[in-house]
Amino acid sequence: MQTEWIFGLAGGLLIGLAAAMYLLVNGRIMGASGIIGGLIDRTAGSQSMERIFFILGLFGVPAVLALIFGNAQTDGPADTFVTSNIAAVIAAGLFVGVGTRIANGCTSGHGVCGISRLSLRGIVATVFYIMAGGLSVIVFKHILGWV
Amino acid sequence: MRNLFALLSGGLFGAGLYVSGMTDTRRVQGWLDVFGDWDPTLAFVMGGAIIPMFFAWRYTTNRTPALGGMFPAKPDPVIGRKLVIGSTMFGIGWGLAGLCPGPAIASLSYGGIQVATFVLAMGVGMLMAPQIKNRLDAVGVAA
Repeated sequence: MQTEWIFGLAGGLLIGLAAAMYLLVNGRIMGASGIIGGLIDRTAGSQSMERIFFILGLFGVPAVLALIFGNAQTDGPADTFVTSNIAAVIAAGLFVGVGTRIANGCTSGHGVCGISRLSLRGIVATVFYIMAGGLSVIVFKHILGWV
Repeated sequence: MRNLFALLSGGLFGAGLYVSGMTDTRRVQGWLDVFGDWDPTLAFVMGGAIIPMFFAWRYTTNRTPALGGMFPAKPDPVIGRKLVIGSTMFGIGWGLAGLCPGPAIASLSYGGIQVATFVLAMGVGMLMAPQIKNRLDAVGVAA
């Protein structure tokens, strides 16, 4: 479809405005893995409540939108089309969980918030997770055919 | 107030992920799949998100957050092995399932048992991370 990039750009601007609001109002970096991880390993301390509210919004708003509109871009229900290979899903979750916490960030923290600040760490992290992601698709999808 | 604006930011982030199609794992894997049927959408999402944040960071100079406190200091530009090892591990998982932490939470309501399983496994991974980090520290791996 020709309009996909418009949805991408519009959605991206919303993500950037969300990150800008969280920064300028709350003074925090909008990094999903840090917000979730700090709650899970209980290092969030006094920030716990605002993080819970952040996650409530992150979960709740797409839930309501999907319920009303289904898929944002096409007819039919909202769907992630994630692989049904549950072993691959578990392995992927473990790698994402461990990796983002060791690297201190993911696509939102290192990518959106880091690159926009011209942070060298954010740029290097993004280069590595995109290269590893590309290799991962080649190996697991094209060579092994697991997903 | 902090909680209200956290809820609004999280909601806006979720709306952006939903509208952009980034909770569709085929689109994410399609972007990573340079040798397959390449999907450029993710680049537009990233670009679109970076633009407001670029101006937001510039605005922070000599100012403080609206609700008090301080803006986060820019980290030292230290490129250690932990950043590289962690990002590589994250990328492997990201390519394998097409999910990263934000979109996984955003699609939890309509992602079925798979996304719920992914989020659980991600939580377990996040719990395991400090121990693995300590191991890396023990063998002298820098930040």
